Amino acid sequence: MPSGIGVYVCHCGTNIAGRVDSEGVARHAAGLKNVAVARDYKFMCSDPGQDMIIKDIREMGLTRVVVASCSPRLHEKTFQKACQRGGLNPFLFQMTCIREHCSWVVADPAEATAKAKTLVAAAVSRVNEHEELYSRVEAVHPDVLVVGGGIAGIQAALDIARSGHKVHLVERGPSIGGHMTQFDKTFPTLDCAACISTPKMVAVAQEPNINLMTMSEVVEVKGYVGNYTARIRTRPRYIDEDRCTGCGLCMEKCPKSVPSEFEEGLGKRKAVHRNSPQSVPNTPVIDPASCIYLVKGKCGACKQNCPSEAVDFEQQERFLDVQAGTIVLATGFDILDPTALSQYGFGRYPEVYTGLQFERLNNAVGPTGGKILMKNGQAPESVAIIHCVGSRDKNHHAYCSRVCCMYALKYDHLIKDKVGHHARVFNFYIDMRCFGKGYEEFYRRVQEEGVTFIRGRPSEVTDQSISVEEDGKLVVLAEDTLLGRPVRVAVDMVVLCTAMQPRRDASEVARIFGVSCGQDGFFLEEHPKLGPVSTATDGIFLAGTCQGPKDIPDAVAHASGGAGQALSLAARGQVSISPTVSWINPDICIGCKMCVGLCAYSAIEFDERRRVCVINEAMCKGCGSCAGHCPSGAAQVRHFNEKQVFAELEGLSQYVSPVRQPAGADAT
Amino acid sequence: MQELNVMPETQNVPMPGAAFEPAIVAFVCNWCTYTAADLAGTSRMVQSPNVRLVRMMCTGMVDPKYIIKALLGGADAVLISGCHPGDCHYINGNYKARRRVKLLMEILPRFGIDARRIKLTWVGASEGNEFAATVNRFAAEIKELGPIDTRNLPLL
Ligand SMILES: Cc1cc2nc3c(=O)[nH]c(=O)nc-3n(C[C@H](O)[C@H](O)[C@H](O)COP(=O)(O)OP(=O)(O)OC[C@H]3O[C@@H](n4cnc5c(N)ncnc54)[C@H](O)[C@@H]3O)c2cc1C
Ligand code: SF4
Ligand code: SF4
Ligand code: FES
Repeated sequence: MPSGIGVYVCHCGTNIAGRVDSEGVARHAAGLKNVAVARDYKFMCSDPGQDMIIKDIREMGLTRVVVASCSPRLHEKTFQKACQRGGLNPFLFQMTCIREHCSWVVADPAEATAKAKTLVAAAVSRVNEHEELYSRVEAVHPDVLVVGGGIAGIQAALDIARSGHKVHLVERGPSIGGHMTQFDKTFPTLDCAACISTPKMVAVAQEPNINLMTMSEVVEVKGYVGNYTARIRTRPRYIDEDRCTGCGLCMEKCPKSVPSEFEEGLGKRKAVHRNSPQSVPNTPVIDPASCIYLVKGKCGACKQNCPSEAVDFEQQERFLDVQAGTIVLATGFDILDPTALSQYGFGRYPEVYTGLQFERLNNAVGPTGGKILMKNGQAPESVAIIHCVGSRDKNHHAYCSRVCCMYALKYDHLIKDKVGHHARVFNFYIDMRCFGKGYEEFYRRVQEEGVTFIRGRPSEVTDQSISVEEDGKLVVLAEDTLLGRPVRVAVDMVVLCTAMQPRRDASEVARIFGVSCGQDGFFLEEHPKLGPVSTATDGIFLAGTCQGPKDIPDAVAHASGGAGQALSLAARGQVSISPTVSWINPDICIGCKMCVGLCAYSAIEFDERRRVCVINEAMCKGCGSCAGHCPSGAAQVRHFNEKQVFAELEGLSQYVSPVRQPAGADAT
Repeated sequence: MQELNVMPETQNVPMPGAAFEPAIVAFVCNWCTYTAADLAGTSRMVQSPNVRLVRMMCTGMVDPKYIIKALLGGADAVLISGCHPGDCHYINGNYKARRRVKLLMEILPRFGIDARRIKLTWVGASEGNEFAATVNRFAAEIKELGPIDTRNLPLL
């Protein structure tokens, strides 16, 4: 029977001791069963605090340790390491939280002290049942998987590849580059998007350490940190990347035209198409939904005209398994479809555009060759830019999309620059958020170009004119909240700064990789401040806008962060894996197989010979779904087993004893 | 299920003078509700002192035995709280918890325990305020309901 528990009660300066009588709690603990020593100290996490524990373990031969202080989520590891330094297995330790869950939230000192006493009693009772456990050390596969080839995924892949590690870069589309390739200029420097993104895309193609897989998606991930296996599905491109020289003859000869997704529906593309000549890879792709040959079995104009015999209608979907030690997710964002905000008339009035459409109107290889033109071929004399469409709006997204103010300013400038100074531009904004480096300066500059800013969210865009000046125009109705009066502004063109939002399939992708989505729907980081690139799943990191709205500099910085974290694991080459996984006692298991179906990680198999279930510890994450449901009690989570939880409840029951005490009384 | 001779829950009147302070045990998952409780603490959101947390890795590991054990040990009520549906750190442990708790809520009244004494909630990691509100609301509900009297239950 274990004996010799050391209990240490922290004051945390006055954070705990200001409300809880830490000394009294320690005195109370000293009287609990098996407790050899109970002390209180100002700062248990400090070096002298930890030394106190180490010294007691060594000198008094303590066999178990309890610390009552802040949340175990902060310092559990600190104290486990102290125990280890003292020569005690780190799992013979229990921590209980008397700060966040007690001194900071219980108003009455007597009640707070009573609560702390029962929490300590529960921890002492539980620690009696703790068992020695040993972490496993596993090798980390040196390769890294990067999912999504937007600017964030490109940055992450290049960073990792340049360190000498191999990268598998999986991109769903026919080319890498993501949204950035749709832009013409980028704020705040107005450098051309292609000029800064193309060299990076080409670098990916030329980097021998990057295995680029386009038209591909990850459909299944198995394994755990250090040892992931991802199943990748590659859709057929129908053109052989190795043979194709990118001459583009097929696109010239293809008779079938359809609206282009890359042009946001403003232009057409052929059934065999390519986003731009700078695409990486620059091999075109045949869209099976519009290709006459693939739908009806005749045509084949591209095949006949291809000088390199690259067209291959026989290509099939392929599956490939790749191994990687770590994974970086960089799947980016979608933009909100503003049709739902019917008051703005998108889809109803031809001259209402989304931001991405307006980017294409400005792009030199876009549908208008880079000229800002209306559908009638004329340049607009006046443009209204509506900010925060679907952002900062409780009916759509509560958050701020962080880029719209800035790209609206970019548009202000582009309109003045391209259409001419006489063109009138009206910004309808709620607040101008120009927080980045050089952003406020850019705002100043645009203001000086003679652009109008009206503070107020428009209620409607209409074609109902009430005067001759409004005839044939779109009228934006809003309240100017600075002047406190309603305004009507007649314009030729309206641009909606639509919200950045999570990818349509973000939750399915999250499920494949075992990460979570936050309330906003973006992938959830481990900690909002101190862990913005890691996830709660070891070995899986985030890069760019899949974690939340970002501009390019932030997406790139975030991606380098994700790459750095992935690399630090890959470079160390080994990782220690928590032993708090489940175990099925073969002597008790009745072989009902209940647990097999419950395990979300397929970690349980039925052993036909012994007729019992067996857990593969390497795959088990220790969630306890099996243990919570095992009818015979054979399945148990280590460190959270039945005995331990029961002991904790017994410790608590001193307080919840049916022989009740009035509030605030000593619960012993 | 076989018909049981169920005794109604006795509304035990507390000692005169001493207001009834319920004892509540909460099984919360490490990744969401425990984190939310930390956040509520860091934000100094004063809460009713009646709730004691038991940290679990996931609500999916909360064996119905634990809930029953807590109630038999004298807890007036049990809260089980984890990640929102779809957000469970272990993919879907919370759905399994939901099934178990639902079943338990059907069974416990047959043994004379009011189903209102068990509550399952989802409180996400960033919802410190929601955690404090849940604790306060539940404590008030149980205060209203009165103490549990496990000694008179047919379970024992
Ligand atoms: C209208 C508009 C204008 C903007 N203008 C500017 C500007 O001027 N300056 C600036 O700094 N920022 C600007 N931004 C912000 C900029 O677009 C983003 O910061 C940047 O594109 C984010 O890059 P990303 O790699 O995170 O995402 P994305 O560009 O969305 O790339 C994600 C990539 O992942 C791929 N993918 C998605 N899902 C999967 C999957 N499941 N498997 C495999 N691959 C997948 C996609 O095909 C895509 O290639 C603008 C944004 C908008 C909407
Ligand atoms: S087969 Fe015909 S329709 Fe299909 S891509 Fe080739 S040319 Fe176009
Ligand atoms: S604890 Fe059980 S259900 Fe959970 S991962 Fe491990 S074996 Fe599977
Ligand atoms: S981890 Fe929170 S409910 Fe599963």
